[in-house]
Amino acid sequence: MRDDCADGSGGGKSRALKFILGIGALAAGGAAIAMSRKLSADRGDPNRTLFGDGPLAAARSGASGDYAESTLISRAVTINRSRQELYDFWRDFTNLPRFMEHVRSVTPLDGTRSRWVIEAPAGGTVEFVSAVTEDEPGRLIAWSSQEGADVRNSGRIEFIDAPPGRGTIVRATIAYDPPAGALGRAVATLFQREPKLQARSDLRRFKQLMETGEVTTSQPRPTEAAAA
Amino acid sequence: MRALVWHGKHDVRIDNVPDPEIINPRDAILKVTSTAICGSDLHLYDAVIPTLQSGDILGHEFMGEVLDVGSGVGNLKKGDRVVVPFPISCGSCFFCGKQQFSLCDNSNTAEKADMSETLYGHQMAGIFGYSHLTGGYAGGQAEYVRVPYADVGPMVIPDGMEDDQVLFLTDILPTGWMAAENCDIEEGDTVAVWGCGPVGLFAVQSALLMGAHRVIAIDHYPRRLALAKQLGAEVLDFREVRVWEALMDMTGGIGPDAVIDAVGLESHGFRIDNIMDRVKQATFLGTDRGAVLREVIIACRKGGRVSIPGVYGGFVDKFPIGALMEKGLQVKSGQTHVHRYLPELLRRIGEGEIDTTFLISHRMPLEEAPEGYRMFKEEPNECTKVVLKTGH
Ligand SMILES: [Zn+2]
Ligand SMILES: [Zn+2]
Repeated sequence: MRDDCADGSGGGKSRALKFILGIGALAAGGAAIAMSRKLSADRGDPNRTLFGDGPLAAARSGASGDYAESTLISRAVTINRSRQELYDFWRDFTNLPRFMEHVRSVTPLDGTRSRWVIEAPAGGTVEFVSAVTEDEPGRLIAWSSQEGADVRNSGRIEFIDAPPGRGTIVRATIAYDPPAGALGRAVATLFQREPKLQARSDLRRFKQLMETGEVTTSQPRPTEAAAA
Repeated sequence: MRALVWHGKHDVRIDNVPDPEIINPRDAILKVTSTAICGSDLHLYDAVIPTLQSGDILGHEFMGEVLDVGSGVGNLKKGDRVVVPFPISCGSCFFCGKQQFSLCDNSNTAEKADMSETLYGHQMAGIFGYSHLTGGYAGGQAEYVRVPYADVGPMVIPDGMEDDQVLFLTDILPTGWMAAENCDIEEGDTVAVWGCGPVGLFAVQSALLMGAHRVIAIDHYPRRLALAKQLGAEVLDFREVRVWEALMDMTGGIGPDAVIDAVGLESHGFRIDNIMDRVKQATFLGTDRGAVLREVIIACRKGGRVSIPGVYGGFVDKFPIGALMEKGLQVKSGQTHVHRYLPELLRRIGEGEIDTTFLISHRMPLEEAPEGYRMFKEEPNECTKVVLKTGH
């Protein structure tokens, strides 16, 4: 993480504290937001240090300059639906709890801001207000938490045409500044356990829902559905 | 309900478990009438497939009557008699669109797909009753079963056809058929089939129907070899002859044009490399024993086709990549895209072109399933296929 790419709302945060939540917990402080902006443009980024066309998130340690391996997580999935259809579903944030495991609810406050309730360890919840920071219909949505959030976080989702007839490549990029204090450490512990895993399974559920109309479960009875 | 539950290696029991229910709109609940024990169930019985958990209900070969459907299932109604393909397929992903149903991207669960993604680089599809690698779905060796994406998988069976005639449409018949199809059989071809279990026997039948000039079947159980012969194959007992030498002699030094490994990971070859494999399998250094796979590749003629329907789950030592490359072989494999073959195979059964019932050596009530597993495992000569009947 580069301090010089911070947007002023927390860019000096120690890079050692950065890690990723599932897309359900949509994470990153201001510095991470700046980072995700860089990501969107990384093909043209003069500071890009990879020779080939591979994504920075897949860079080997040491190969990507200042982008330490652990600060960058992105995951791409191809979904057999149009960019616009996928964007529209995602942009209605009230849909997100249908496939994001730890997001209990998202309530719109106005055109860009919404209140998020995330499940925390030990049955508790964490709440924050998130605002859309970039919005290009049919192409991308980026958002970040507002000042005063217990968990400062942001996320970015891009919708890119796959080869003709193959649907849309959906790429989620997430980074996260864990908050200070006891709650922050508790949340960090929960998600750091397998943050990449959480992102993967959230995106898989998104794909299932968009392609099949339902979220796949192997539970034999509804009463056990939550225990998956 | 009553169901066959896995408790551990060589320990399966009939237990009382709660009935399944509809969860998603595209679900159906089936009242199972007939279900079979598969050779690949023995891999679970032997605990050589990882991620099975005590309490799991087994069974991926089952058929029955539709008891209930979700709001999204328009093509089935209560009372329909159906067979159910063993892979679960959503019908709407890229792979289902290409009729590669067993590669479905959406039928494993979001959480469990990680296991196979880690093992294989990509997630496997869901399969009924076949460990948590394939979704952890409850299987059909039970009185009732929940069938997800029921608008895609189950096929209605016309009145007048017996369960025993069509039950094997769920797996072993299409698997044998696809194994033969993967041989791209040409006029004059000799096809060699290793393993005369159910899949091997259906591969023999299918290869002949697809126009193979000759089929040579290899095993060491007399009854299984006799069945292969009855279907029209020439047979080799590998305890009696050196297989490569026999095949070269029979094919005038050319070798079979196409070879089928219908044995998979639990091969019984009495060879030193197999004993080494056994040691490694026990210590998890390598999960699969590969004697048959090596033998089929070494025997296959130059430029020939290698078809692998036999189940492998992990790694094989001493894979003869040199022979594969230098002889210009083509390899095709995979779990069976069952859905793709159902209408045609049902028609061929109906017209008497394919017989499936010859395979069944034992019919028993579901309650006796644990004895069925034991027999299938310990008496492979006499016990060629066990069909379980529920008490409905
Ligand atoms: Zn089977
Ligand atoms: Zn599919």
